[in-house]
Amino acid sequence: MSEDNLPAVKADEEHSQVQVAEPIPDPGLEPHEHRITDIDPKAADRVERQISAMFTLSTLLVLGACVAYFVIPRDAEIVFGPLSGNASNMTLGLSFGLALFLIGAAAIQWAKKLMVDEEIIEERHDGGASPAQETATVETWQQGVAESGFGRRKLIRRSMLGALGVIGLPAIVVLRDLGPLPGRSLYNTIWAKGIRVVNDVTARPIKPSDMVIGQLVNAIPANLPPLQEESAVEYQNARAKAAVIVVRIKPGEIRTKPGRENWGIDGILCYSKICTHVGCPISLYEQTTHHVLCPCHQSTFDLADGAKVIFGPAARPLPQLPLAVDAEGYLVAQSGFTEPVGPSFFERG
Amino acid sequence: MTDRKFAPPVKWADERFGFGKIGKSGLRKVFPDHWSFMLGEIALYSFIILVLTGTFLSLWFKPSMGDVEYQGSYSLLKGLHMSEAYASTLDITFDVRGGLLMRQIHHWAAVLFIAAMMVHLLRNFFTGAFRKPRELNWVIGFTMLFLGIIEGFIGYGLPDDLLSGTGLRITQGMIGASPVIGTYLNFFIFGGEFPGDEFVSRFFTIHVLLIPGLILALVTVHLFLVVYHKHTQYAGPGRTEKNVVGYPLFPVYTAKAGGFFFAVFGITTLMGALLQINPVWLYGPYNPAEVTAGSQPDWYMGWLEGSVRIMPGFESHFWGITLSWNLIIPALLIPPAFVTLVALYPFIEGWITGDKREHHVLDRPRNMPTRTGIGAAFVTFYALLWIGGGNDLIATQFNVSLNHVTWFLRFAVFLGPVLAFWVTRRVAISLQRSDNDRLLHGLESGVIVRSPEGKYTEKHTPVSNYETYELTARDRVLPLEIGPETDDNGVRAPLRALNKVRARLSRFYYADAVQKPTREELDEGHEHAHDADEIHDLSETETYREVTSDRS
Amino acid sequence: MSEKRLSLSPARFLSARRRHRSAGLVVLLFGLLAVGSAYAAFAPDNAVADNSAQSQQIEEGKKLFAVGCASCHGLNAEGGSNGEGKFAGPSLIGVGAAAVDFQVGTGRMPAMQPGAQIPRKTPAYTQEEIEALAAYVASLAPGPAVPGQESYDVSKATDDQVTRGGELFRTNCTACHNFAGRGGALPNGKYAPSLMGVSEKHIYEAMLTGPQQMPVFSDQVMTPQDKRDIIAYLKALQNQKDPGGFGLGRLGPVSEGLWGWLVGIGLLVCVAVWIGAKGVKAKGAKAE
Repeated sequence: MSEDNLPAVKADEEHSQVQVAEPIPDPGLEPHEHRITDIDPKAADRVERQISAMFTLSTLLVLGACVAYFVIPRDAEIVFGPLSGNASNMTLGLSFGLALFLIGAAAIQWAKKLMVDEEIIEERHDGGASPAQETATVETWQQGVAESGFGRRKLIRRSMLGALGVIGLPAIVVLRDLGPLPGRSLYNTIWAKGIRVVNDVTARPIKPSDMVIGQLVNAIPANLPPLQEESAVEYQNARAKAAVIVVRIKPGEIRTKPGRENWGIDGILCYSKICTHVGCPISLYEQTTHHVLCPCHQSTFDLADGAKVIFGPAARPLPQLPLAVDAEGYLVAQSGFTEPVGPSFFERG
Repeated sequence: MTDRKFAPPVKWADERFGFGKIGKSGLRKVFPDHWSFMLGEIALYSFIILVLTGTFLSLWFKPSMGDVEYQGSYSLLKGLHMSEAYASTLDITFDVRGGLLMRQIHHWAAVLFIAAMMVHLLRNFFTGAFRKPRELNWVIGFTMLFLGIIEGFIGYGLPDDLLSGTGLRITQGMIGASPVIGTYLNFFIFGGEFPGDEFVSRFFTIHVLLIPGLILALVTVHLFLVVYHKHTQYAGPGRTEKNVVGYPLFPVYTAKAGGFFFAVFGITTLMGALLQINPVWLYGPYNPAEVTAGSQPDWYMGWLEGSVRIMPGFESHFWGITLSWNLIIPALLIPPAFVTLVALYPFIEGWITGDKREHHVLDRPRNMPTRTGIGAAFVTFYALLWIGGGNDLIATQFNVSLNHVTWFLRFAVFLGPVLAFWVTRRVAISLQRSDNDRLLHGLESGVIVRSPEGKYTEKHTPVSNYETYELTARDRVLPLEIGPETDDNGVRAPLRALNKVRARLSRFYYADAVQKPTREELDEGHEHAHDADEIHDLSETETYREVTSDRS
Repeated sequence: MSEKRLSLSPARFLSARRRHRSAGLVVLLFGLLAVGSAYAAFAPDNAVADNSAQSQQIEEGKKLFAVGCASCHGLNAEGGSNGEGKFAGPSLIGVGAAAVDFQVGTGRMPAMQPGAQIPRKTPAYTQEEIEALAAYVASLAPGPAVPGQESYDVSKATDDQVTRGGELFRTNCTACHNFAGRGGALPNGKYAPSLMGVSEKHIYEAMLTGPQQMPVFSDQVMTPQDKRDIIAYLKALQNQKDPGGFGLGRLGPVSEGLWGWLVGIGLLVCVAVWIGAKGVKAKGAKAE
């Protein structure tokens, strides 16, 4: 770090400039040079015609846009090679947009070419008050304080601060009913013992023999679709936690966690579809690696190894839903999830 | 001088509002002319466009999450259950004439609004326009940028489509990771569990009333301060700290700025007409069990997305609680820290340099190499996180491994800014040296002369007085000096240790920066040039003749 | 003031204008041109696969197989290595005719090299040869058959079916293939390809057989009608013109942001530069 070129001058603390020590004095504004339109009246007239042409064209385009609004049918399409679009929108947009731009271009051209372009100078005023103004203000303020008696009367001062200090509290308190308290809702889903695992959208129940190795099913609990008729919001909220993915993996390739030996059926495993990072649904399943990738932040889970995290920002494996087969041979849940589904939260433990 | 009168309507207004008192100075107010001063205007005009198009949209948009079956004209979604918000957005798109155009203008204007604020911020940063007396204007401007980002995020969440709903789910997950208050905050914001049926109407109020109102109030103060302080200007002949040189508000700036408004509006409208944006009908209505590959937020949230993507999965479990470092660090710690540093930068730099003077002449970025380097480092950090937000698209478009991109960014986000700082600083210093060369030795004229002894020299032409002044009308570099350890009475100076740190930072700030030449050095340089050139005939008059053709 | 008088020899011409406003731009363009030409001259040609195996016209699939497929998949389709102990091609026993029809029909097979991601390319076999190969592989063990026309014919799909297909598509497919079927990233350099321009039959077969990393969607869970609905939605998506104008690749906010910055801010900065630029001055005319 070279410091030889730094002068040993203390920085000036006041408003005024430090000696800038210019090598040369200010030569003043450069002499004004004329534009062609300043000296050649024909050029100026030409520019005037340009500007008025732009304004005129803009007028016509605006009127055209208004006509187009009524004349062009709502669903007609325009196709210009690779560019296509709704005819009405495109025509309105092109004509109005061009009209606006032309007004702008005309005004700018006028300013640049025809308006007088001599630079002028305006003086800046001082930043703050002058010493006289400062004195006057301070005196006036102190007079006001003295007249109010605020300084003398300590009781008023303290109690007023107390009153004003808390006056904002109700604004926060009345927001309490914005929502219910979390309670236990984050710990539960609508899955329970005996609820069938059904294909999402079609609500078709699944037999183990329906699934082949390498298959992925995006599934929901059978008690979810009826909720939609009852309460749309309950339905969405329940879906946001209850969606699952069911995969079939070759049993030899599965590493079963202790205590979960009977959670799968012949290699059919069921995991929560809700990513434990921030809650996006996951179903990017790679059948040969058994990895499932969340498209939001690329957390990757190994479904053959208890859905543990092998890459990405997620910190916990996907919760697993224990499966069983009911009397008619369809896949059902043995119970609900044994841990909260979805993203972590502070009190999760 | 004869008396001139107002026209009757003007007189009527003047008698009630008194603007005639400042008429002369107001109409002739001077604004300096440079393209980089118009970036803030892009933001302002975009805001106006947003209010206009937004009002149109609000006449048809239904801010409700009530469930409906779609029966409009977009057949690919007919009969589906969806919220009223989504259904009304489809109606605006397909069944209201000009509706799709308005939606697209609105969204493009939002993209441009935030982009313009950002370039405007960068211009102000690199030219030091945030120095006294404009520190507060910087803070106000930055607050508007922040509000604009929130406004945009909430805005594109209103249609309740799959992509924006996924983004909201992510936000909800991030809020939920906040220690102690996370779940409560979520339940209050969403009125219960996610997604609930409250957020569209709540966000609607925030989006059309609260934030626009705040921005409107702030931009009024922001513009008032610009008028009161007068605009800054670049160094040049005739320009000092005590004046402002340019063109008058009326007529030139009325035409230029007014024209620019129409140009901005026109280009935004053309973009709305020709470039499709936010095709919500392709995303489908929000369904918390559906997601699309390539889920990204709008560009201005990209850096948050990236920071969350590249963070490894650390979490602590103890005493019955969970601390999700994988979310706390990239979403709750780093962004606020970054944002705070940027917002407070004028005060930080002011403290380091100890400079309490007013500044109305702008710095050229090269003349403040450390500040420019710091700016480059911040931009690099931001840009790397931004790239991280699109790491899956980079993987598919450039045929590279997603995992490699993520790992690269995990390290680059630390090393990149350091490298950018160092490189930028050295580049700035080199540019300063080249400026000094120009001042001391003039320009190469391209004319080579051979002396009788066989020596080749190139003739140099001195730069004109105007350019010399322009290149040297700046302050000498003055790092902070702290006084003696004790004063004459033996009293120790207060805050000694802090001031020592401050002085060291100040020296680092100015380290290696090239000083402009003194009068003696300039004269000596010209003498030297004179002697070295055997023929110096290009200068025939007393004043230095301008050889360079550019003055812009 | 006297005029500068320099002769117009090219060297002097360029040299005297090296401080012209656009000198930097000219140098940049020249540099780009030079680098681009150098690259074109020196860049290696893309490796071309040996086509000799593919140009034979042998009737029976087994013969075709032995020549074109056995080197990776084993002489009896039992799976193979490349001779250095590395896995080359999986066993094809039980994959069914549908898998062969898909892989060979989309040109993925024969692959240029083994790998986790085999890209689609021009098919190397004719339809007859593909059928022969499919028949051979199907003869090895039972597997999904090539679907009949009625399985994937969506020309008469109703609006309701298309809508339902959209729901199924967004629930099962978009996580990998994106909301418009444009494809998406998978871990470690793999990707889910774009579905645009893929025939109905091949889409059906892909769902049925689960090629490479794609999972299987068996007919028992994702019924043929479900599959048809998805295909109908995809075709409707493909045929649909973007009403808002140029679609920017239907890739979402990333491309929108890019266009916004490059086109929007770019154009607006150009306009600002135009506004602030000093115009052409009349030479020699000074203010009185």
